[in-house]
Amino acid sequence: MSKKLRVATTSLAGCFGCHMSFLDIDERLLTLLDLVEFDRSPINDIKHCGPCDIGIIEGGVCNAENVHVLREFRSHCKILIAIGACAINGGLPAQRNHLDLGSCLTEVYLTEPGLEHGHIPNDPELPLPLDKVHPLHEVVKIDYFIPGCPPSGDAIWKFLTDLIAGKTPELGHGLIKYD
Amino acid sequence: MLPDNDTRFDASGQAWLNQLASRHHNDASLLLQMLREMQERFGHIPQEAVSRLAGKLAIPRARIESVASFYSFLHLKPQGEYRILFSDNITDRMLGNQALLEQMCQLLWLQPGKVSEDGLVSIGTTSCTGMCDQGPALLVNGRAITRLTHQRVQEIAQLVRNRTPMADWPADFFHVDDNIRRRGLLLDNKLAPGDVLRAALALGSDAIIEEIKTSGLRGRGGAGFPTGQKWEGCRKAPGNERYVVCNADEGEPGTFKDRVLLAQQADLVFEGMTLCALSVGARKGFLYLRGEYRYLLEPLQAVLQRRQDSKLLGTDILGHKGFDFNIDIHLGAGAYICGEESALIESLEGKRGVPRNRPPFPVTHGYLQQPTAVDNVETFCQAALALHMGADKYRTIGTERSSGSKLISVSGDCAYPGIYEYPFGVPIREILQDCGAVNTRAVQVSGPSGVCVPESEFGRKLGFEDLPTAGAFMVFDDSRDLFEVARNFVHFFAHESCGFCTPCRVGTSMLKQTMDKIADGHGTQYDLNEIENLDRVLQTSSHCGLGRTACNPVLHTLKHFRPAYENKLKSLMFSPAFDLDGSLARARQMTGRDDAGAHLKEDV
Repeated sequence: MSKKLRVATTSLAGCFGCHMSFLDIDERLLTLLDLVEFDRSPINDIKHCGPCDIGIIEGGVCNAENVHVLREFRSHCKILIAIGACAINGGLPAQRNHLDLGSCLTEVYLTEPGLEHGHIPNDPELPLPLDKVHPLHEVVKIDYFIPGCPPSGDAIWKFLTDLIAGKTPELGHGLIKYD
Repeated sequence: MLPDNDTRFDASGQAWLNQLASRHHNDASLLLQMLREMQERFGHIPQEAVSRLAGKLAIPRARIESVASFYSFLHLKPQGEYRILFSDNITDRMLGNQALLEQMCQLLWLQPGKVSEDGLVSIGTTSCTGMCDQGPALLVNGRAITRLTHQRVQEIAQLVRNRTPMADWPADFFHVDDNIRRRGLLLDNKLAPGDVLRAALALGSDAIIEEIKTSGLRGRGGAGFPTGQKWEGCRKAPGNERYVVCNADEGEPGTFKDRVLLAQQADLVFEGMTLCALSVGARKGFLYLRGEYRYLLEPLQAVLQRRQDSKLLGTDILGHKGFDFNIDIHLGAGAYICGEESALIESLEGKRGVPRNRPPFPVTHGYLQQPTAVDNVETFCQAALALHMGADKYRTIGTERSSGSKLISVSGDCAYPGIYEYPFGVPIREILQDCGAVNTRAVQVSGPSGVCVPESEFGRKLGFEDLPTAGAFMVFDDSRDLFEVARNFVHFFAHESCGFCTPCRVGTSMLKQTMDKIADGHGTQYDLNEIENLDRVLQTSSHCGLGRTACNPVLHTLKHFRPAYENKLKSLMFSPAFDLDGSLARARQMTGRDDAGAHLKEDV
């Protein structure tokens, strides 16, 4: 049997719903483990990504750390996949895009009742938010997109097995959906 | 101006509305025409008027709102008392319309696209208004003003500030020149009203169609369908009624020949329509006039009345028993897509201008699903001429597969923009010489959906053999950036997509974003490849021609002027669509941070 493919996954500005959906492949996960090896992923808690064949990212890009993680994935993964509505369009987090970031921060940390002597967090440990939430493909080149909020486990399974078999992935009727 | 829910809809407004509905026989197929009149009277379409009209026509409010929201000259919310729209074709841009728009905004203290706080004025842009030979142009409350200068913009701002009624504005502002530079068989014709019809009545319907077929006449709207074949198809198609429609929705940027024909040759246009009615057996005709040419409505109605009075329209035309034909003029309301014949018919029926599935074609299932002959303004003129001079003689003009003459609308970088009539087969180089164009880099033939022809191909000839054209001829000299030309056209298509099918609605917007990304200096080779991918999607899956041709300007300029794109690219395989570090600036400001972690470097 040929060498196992290395797969990394992460969630940026997302809800981990796409990862939960990934777990919905259920017992097929065991079959998958015969075919691939996981690099950085919430499944194993590896912190940084090494050279990989496939990178799967859910969530959009909302802060500087997201940019760093996304760049790390892009530079280490041969194939990069945007999964789910947030990765593809910005999704729910992008609802803040029509508001000024400054007034968001002021509202949350300064003027909200019960926040006496509040201040806007400025610890260098914390990543700064971007003024807008962006889909992944506006920041790095993305090779494939799996739409859905979230895409079903079956869709993810079909997509990955196609990819692993060296076929151009095709989600036919019933598997491709946008809600 | 009062906010909408406070708009007093007083007794006089109600009486006017009642009268409007009854004048249109409470007929929902005339909805668009009623909405246009409402827009003219109230400056927008008030909510209460929508409710009342829905009651009168016995249709849901949603239907009225869906129609009103489709057309860009109809507004469901109050706009300024003065609604100023700058024509934003590339030819207007080349004549400096952006500086004039900024000047106007400064003088009137407002931002483009917004209504001033006192409700006095709004300023925005609109697609080409068909005044390319005398731009920059704008529309004030639907009336065209040409030849804008800084001086004229100041005068307009003053008139607006003083709330001077439009009727008291200097007549000179609204003067539209015909700029006829070269005449041929059409513009030189000496026919008197009725000459063609008398000859036609002597021939009879079958012989008319034979004659038109023999003449080799093809449609002048761009597609070039054989006119005789269309008329014959309409005549033979089963149906209770037949209709003749004149497509005067001249929306292709850079085209203005129909405007000149309607101003100078209205009789010939109507004569051609009546000839068509005689040959197909229609009793009713429509002239669909683009909203931008609103000022032509009254003169055209006067011509119709005169023809009615001299028995050239109406019942028993020229004393011929049973030859009845009437023409109504319908106005469009700012939707390029209505130039597509099936969208035009939808619009005539008072609906959103969404193209129909074809087949069936209008010739069998057109207006009210009846056989309908839809032809361009110029086609009707040429048909009348061909019949009068005789098919064999007509055939000798032009080339083998493109008989007759063609009106060309010349604009852009040349000394003498205007209308030129040539026999088909004229080389581009000859037109350029005649219009006084020097150092020409490229010519856009037939508008954004047409072809961009570089200097090396100026020997190519206009005609269905090589370069079919609806008439637009925009000249760009060597000072022009062809990338910016293509970007203007791409913005046009994104704005004019009717939104019905996803490939076009989304595809044209993605194309626009990609071109803007390149213009902002964020583009890479990857984006050029993406344009080619998008083109494949648009061409293979769009519902109508708009989506299928939306990539043309980009593909043609990429082919002939690739360096105009490449010199704007970053030399990377991929670059973000925006300035990453810049988008942390607001957060830096709010947190007071400026450490290394508060910045993002160019790239990995």
